[in-house]
Amino acid sequence: MADANTTGFSLPEYESGTEYIAHHLGFLKYGQLPNGSWGIAHTIEEADAMGFWSIHVDSMLMSLLLGFMFMGLFYFVSRKVTSGIPGGLQNAVEFLVEMVQTNVKSTFFARNELIGPLALTIFCWIFMMNLMDLVPVDWIPLFAQVVAQDNHLYFKAVPTTDVNITAGFALSVFILVIFYSVKIKGLGGFLGEFAFHPFGKWALPLNLVMEIPSFLAKPVSLALRLYGNMFAGEMIFMVIAMVGLFQLPLHFAWAVFHILIITLQAYLFMMLTIVYLNQAHTKPEAH
Amino acid sequence: MNLNATILGQSIAFAVFVWFCLKYVWPPITAALADRQKKIADGLEAADRAQRDLNLAQNRVAEDLREAKVKSAEIIDLATKRANQIVDEAKDKAREEGQRIIAGAKAEIDMEIQRAREALRAQVAAIAIAGAEKILEKSIDQAANEELVKKLASEL
Repeated sequence: MADANTTGFSLPEYESGTEYIAHHLGFLKYGQLPNGSWGIAHTIEEADAMGFWSIHVDSMLMSLLLGFMFMGLFYFVSRKVTSGIPGGLQNAVEFLVEMVQTNVKSTFFARNELIGPLALTIFCWIFMMNLMDLVPVDWIPLFAQVVAQDNHLYFKAVPTTDVNITAGFALSVFILVIFYSVKIKGLGGFLGEFAFHPFGKWALPLNLVMEIPSFLAKPVSLALRLYGNMFAGEMIFMVIAMVGLFQLPLHFAWAVFHILIITLQAYLFMMLTIVYLNQAHTKPEAH
Repeated sequence: MNLNATILGQSIAFAVFVWFCLKYVWPPITAALADRQKKIADGLEAADRAQRDLNLAQNRVAEDLREAKVKSAEIIDLATKRANQIVDEAKDKAREEGQRIIAGAKAEIDMEIQRAREALRAQVAAIAIAGAEKILEKSIDQAANEELVKKLASEL
């Protein structure tokens, strides 16, 4: 589409499906450019060349936006919450809080004020981010391109398809697990779990070999499970977006199915967080 | 898959959100939930109590009703008895009165009969004397015969 509109912005054009998908997978990345200056990467090569000290502006922007959206809503409700007859909004928020509370009660057996809010934040935030997957794949990037007046702008709309975001959650949970393990069991108790389980002290090396990877696998699996599911889901949306008119029923079908996935993944992340933190709070039974 | 500072940004944002939730969102909502739970429990308990009270009251009312019925039956019984008694008494009295009236009338009749008899007796004596005078056609010593006539009359 070459017809430029009055603002001089023309719709992005892609020469091939590969390019379309590759472009949709690119991030709006801020970091040090090859020439030494700091700025937004304009090509995927430039983005890849940036080191660790760079940031995905799109992921962070969407993540914070969605975070403020749901937390603002919750805060708004909690300001005028009543124990009398709740309104529709309060009802919805209460439903979520109660769902989280029930799950925490049935899975987490120690006492910790943090777990409820943590689980609630994880579930709602991840759900909101996953929900962006259901917005038609081109809308948000196109909107960003129009705003920036740059039809080549990279913009990734679903933060949970960015492994950094999911890893950020997982890392935070992992740190909490270590913190509470050490706090509840002491450093010795915590390390002892690696050394003396599951086979007792005479199999110490074997224990270490078994326990340390399984411990480290927790955050990795947490991050990659969510990332993988969302990434694959979005990829399918992109592929569907390239099949022409038939994409409409296909999009619908996949979106309906995807509603299940995004809810399930958010729920799973929350439940696993609760389970891991419960393990951090309880001593394993003696073998 | 490239890890970069986004992971730190997200972690920090996550920490802030969790803290905010812990501080400002979670407590009021859960407090309201707990409060409502308590209210509902209280309400249910109150309803239970009211139901119990109602049952008690209903039982008491039924009891009272039964008692009242028994009492009213007793009263009706008593009243009926009393009424019968009064009727009986009245009947007795009437009978007595009738008897008395009858007795009075009888006595009067007797008296009348007596009087009539006396009068008749007196008249019979006079007739007898007159008859005797006519038969004898002569004056008999009235005094001598009076005795005889009187005797005759008393035999009448």
